[in-house]
Amino acid sequence: MYKAIVFLPLMGFLIAGLFGRAIGTRASQVVTTGSVLLSALLSIVAFFDVALGGNTYSIAVMQWVQSGDLVFDWALKIDTLTVVMLVVVTLVSGLVHVYSIGYMSHDPHNPRFFAYLSLFTFSMLMLVTADNFLQMFFGWEGVGLTSYLLIGFWYKRPAANAAAIKAFIVNRIGDFGFALGLFATFMVFGTVHLDTIFAAVPDVAGSSFLFLGYSFDVMNTICLLLFVGAMGKSAQFGLHTWLPDAMEGPTPVSALIHAATMVTAGVFLVARCSPMFEYAPVALAAVAIVGGVTAIFAATVGLVQNDIKRVIAYSTCSQLGYMFFALGVSAYGAAIFHLFTHAFFKALLFLGAGAVIHAMSDEQDMRKMGGLRKMIPGTYIMMVIGTIALTGFPGTAGFFSKDMVIETAYASTATGSEFAFVMGIFAALMTSFYSWRLMFMTFHGHTRADEAVFRKAHDAPASMMIPLAVLATGALLAGVFFSDLFIGEGRDGFWNGSLFILGDDIIDAAHHVPFVVKLLPFIAMLTGFLLAYQFYIRRPAMPGALAKRFSGLYAFLLNKWYFDELYDFLFVRPAFRIGRFLWKRGDGRIIDGFGPDGISALVLSVARRARALQSGYVYHYAFAMLVGVVLLVTYLLAMSGGA
Amino acid sequence: MSESWILTALLVLPLGMAFLILIIRGDEETVNKNARHAALWGTLFNLGTSLLLWAKFDPTTADFQFVQKLEWIGDVVPYHLGVDGISVLFIVLTAFLMPICILASWNSIQVRVKEYMIAFLVLETTMIGVFASLDLFLFYLFFEGGLIPMFLIIGIWGGANRVYASFKFFLYTLLGSVFMLLAVLYMYFAAGTSDITLLLQYDFDPGAQKWLWLAFLASFAVKMPMWPVHTWLPDAHVEAPTAGSVILAGVLLKMGGYGFLRFSIPMFPLASQEFAWLIFALSLIAIVYTSLVALAQEDMKKLIAYSSIAHMGFVTLGLFVLNTQGVEGAIFQMLSHGIIAAALFLIVGVVYDRLHSREISRYGGLVHIMPRYAVFFMVFTLASVGLPGTSGFVGEILVLFGAYKASSLLAFVAATGLVLGAAYMLYLYRRVIYGDLEKEDLKDMLDLSPREMAIFVPLVAVVLWMGIYPAPVLDVLHVSVDNLLANYNAAIAASEPVVEAVAAGGAH
Repeated sequence: MYKAIVFLPLMGFLIAGLFGRAIGTRASQVVTTGSVLLSALLSIVAFFDVALGGNTYSIAVMQWVQSGDLVFDWALKIDTLTVVMLVVVTLVSGLVHVYSIGYMSHDPHNPRFFAYLSLFTFSMLMLVTADNFLQMFFGWEGVGLTSYLLIGFWYKRPAANAAAIKAFIVNRIGDFGFALGLFATFMVFGTVHLDTIFAAVPDVAGSSFLFLGYSFDVMNTICLLLFVGAMGKSAQFGLHTWLPDAMEGPTPVSALIHAATMVTAGVFLVARCSPMFEYAPVALAAVAIVGGVTAIFAATVGLVQNDIKRVIAYSTCSQLGYMFFALGVSAYGAAIFHLFTHAFFKALLFLGAGAVIHAMSDEQDMRKMGGLRKMIPGTYIMMVIGTIALTGFPGTAGFFSKDMVIETAYASTATGSEFAFVMGIFAALMTSFYSWRLMFMTFHGHTRADEAVFRKAHDAPASMMIPLAVLATGALLAGVFFSDLFIGEGRDGFWNGSLFILGDDIIDAAHHVPFVVKLLPFIAMLTGFLLAYQFYIRRPAMPGALAKRFSGLYAFLLNKWYFDELYDFLFVRPAFRIGRFLWKRGDGRIIDGFGPDGISALVLSVARRARALQSGYVYHYAFAMLVGVVLLVTYLLAMSGGA
Repeated sequence: MSESWILTALLVLPLGMAFLILIIRGDEETVNKNARHAALWGTLFNLGTSLLLWAKFDPTTADFQFVQKLEWIGDVVPYHLGVDGISVLFIVLTAFLMPICILASWNSIQVRVKEYMIAFLVLETTMIGVFASLDLFLFYLFFEGGLIPMFLIIGIWGGANRVYASFKFFLYTLLGSVFMLLAVLYMYFAAGTSDITLLLQYDFDPGAQKWLWLAFLASFAVKMPMWPVHTWLPDAHVEAPTAGSVILAGVLLKMGGYGFLRFSIPMFPLASQEFAWLIFALSLIAIVYTSLVALAQEDMKKLIAYSSIAHMGFVTLGLFVLNTQGVEGAIFQMLSHGIIAAALFLIVGVVYDRLHSREISRYGGLVHIMPRYAVFFMVFTLASVGLPGTSGFVGEILVLFGAYKASSLLAFVAATGLVLGAAYMLYLYRRVIYGDLEKEDLKDMLDLSPREMAIFVPLVAVVLWMGIYPAPVLDVLHVSVDNLLANYNAAIAASEPVVEAVAAGGAH
């Protein structure tokens, strides 16, 4: 069954990918969607078996590579953490497949699109079921590849192509860290098999090794390197620049890859490696601080964006920051719970935004929307549900998970936790503000849309609305139903050792924080809502006036803290310039100049060379070689004759 | 051993076919047609024979197998053949690429077809001879002799600037082979034999090892090619016909790496240890330097040529970290690169045949009219980038594991190749394949023909198979590589007490 969960989407990909044009659009859709939905169904069964039944499995598929003492296999590791991810990945993927049938109905490349989606799902499943670091790396790079392919799906657009390459390269920079962490792990533990490593960590903890010529603490170094990989994949501060640009891809892709699943791979990695991170306090502190910075940074940028998808993208970035600072204070359960609930409401918001874009004839700029509430009431309700869940309205999924994340940060005494707590509260305020700003600009007030476009706006077909409804149910109820298991009384039995915590469980303390701390996120949420209401409903002129008044700050935020410009200046342009320089000067002037060209100039005068370089000349070289060989043989014959 | 005829068959068959083609008579069209078919069937038959060799190969021993020894030129150059786990797969690689080369030249070569096919068949014999020789002089004959058909292929069927390219190629290799010849002669007189199996047992004087090692380096570094003696390669590739590039990248570049494995490391272990830093430095420079240069290229073939140099940097790095992962990774990387680089040159050849331009800016948006081509190009691009699941990953990651064992700094610098490699390959792909189809002369280009599909499908299959289930390849390597390393370590260990004794002696 577990093999089926993982390999069904691969089968779907192969059929749609290889024979897509032969079997046509409809058959490709049915095959890929059917196999992923079946996989989702099996995942839910697996959830009962493993997470609730308490079983764990290790399933060997086949050997992959063996070289000396380095051995790694294709094998599946199934525990609670895995099945939670299985459910999230296959469920969201299945819904996105269904949604895409409606959303992509006008696109001529349907088989290719669905094949990519299924390939992505397979890669993601390989990642979360990996029982060794190399298979994880396979999934890790595989999701990077499919993300690249899907961002660049509309390959006519230069912006989409640029965004796709950027995503791949920035991810590769993260992978560079991941790979080094992998090598170091193998060096220290002599294996890349996860369980073996985890068992050996306590013996290694505290020792030092040489890295790049300096002596460092083993576990901290390894975990920091792995975390660099996580930062790339999960778009954390510094390596986040690819995520907003990734919105060039079709919207279902944004929902699946850039909200619910792939970007949470970094969170999964840290949680999976909790037995290692627990012995790496410096790395954990770094995780908490980077998470906190990302949460606040992305929220500030989200405040002023005008593209509906970019707002949600920055929101995702910010929410990933929350997950990371929860990880950083050892609240792994809370982080994974937030990952779980976030998958529902963020996928809902993206798919809802997709429905809006669909209704508005592919318009994404919120300044050209407004008043849509009456035209697409179904979509509006879905978006409201997504928004209240994201902002953490009491009772919704986000309320349970986000508040728990913030409370663990307060309760923790780990380095960076106070910082993370403060950032978390402020980011919550901003989250509420930009979310309601999005809602008000899109659905309320007078429309700023083109008259014809506005009048044509209509709710999406059932294939798109049903996935929204399912996700909305999850966004509302996932907290009520699952909080006890993930972060409540039942959590020890639920996680069943798949998350490791050294020392006291911080979630215990988080349940007993002062009431005022529990109240703070709510106050922040309310404040954000009221501010947005004031700005965009009661006094619509205010945002413009403020932007003019603080134009420097506004431009700074609107341009995303000028990260792209900075990186372009620091890395991209120099790389090309150095490349040209080495080519023209290094190879051309210096090596060739003093080498072959110089020698030939010495041997022949320029005029003679021009005459001599006729095509027949090549025979001379060949002849010279031949003469050399013959001379050698003759010489040897003579030698042997003498002897 | 009863199957010792196989190696001889592999050598003789292409020569026999070449002879047959030589005596074909008739009008030009018939001759061309028959020459093509004869070459194709001959190389296919040789591929079958090489697979038989692989199937019958016993991976549980490090001894040479399929050994055949006959008197030949006097009693100095015996005809002495045999393979071990290190060399056997290079023969299979060569035999695999040959029919693909013939197919790739089917329509693109229209002048002197007969001579062209003969050149390729002779080339096949010499290449297999390099990997199968167990005699130093025989090796040298094949090693240098193979260059002659290659010169001719570039010089006669090459592009506009072919003479400059073959001249450069000639200068570099001449320089290398002079030094190597001197070293070969010295070894013969010092050890009193040219038998490689005996030379492997012989302990060369530590002082002499240095000079011999450097002399061999001169030749192998040019072949690899290593920085800074690499500049002949981009020119040679650019001017060579597609099939010439395929063989150049696929097999000829591997001869340097094979040479290190067969001679430098086992015969001069002390020098190998002493000069490892030099190899490391040159390898790391190659990886970073040529990757950056590749980023700036405007010519497709040049770009891939530079990427080859970067990938060969991984090979030399892996060889000289001298641990299991490094050496096995390096060999795997050579085999894998032989397939991937060959495939990429064929990919360039497809559009070159149609538009007769290698300039990247002449292309763009090909996905709209050549969707199948776009898929194959993507697979090979990803393999070149080293994506897990392709053969490129296994070689690269093993080398990096090995490099990290030697020093984290090596792995750190080399791993930047992962990022840069992705950058230049995806940037190339985007400029050629993606975007809108705007240029008029591209609009009636045809997608892959059945003949071209027949070329690419086996290549893709091998790339994926070696990436997902590389065990059949790695299993062949294990025992021989272990043996190589065990001997190397024994030699190093044996030398150390001596060094201490000398130091102690100096203290008195």
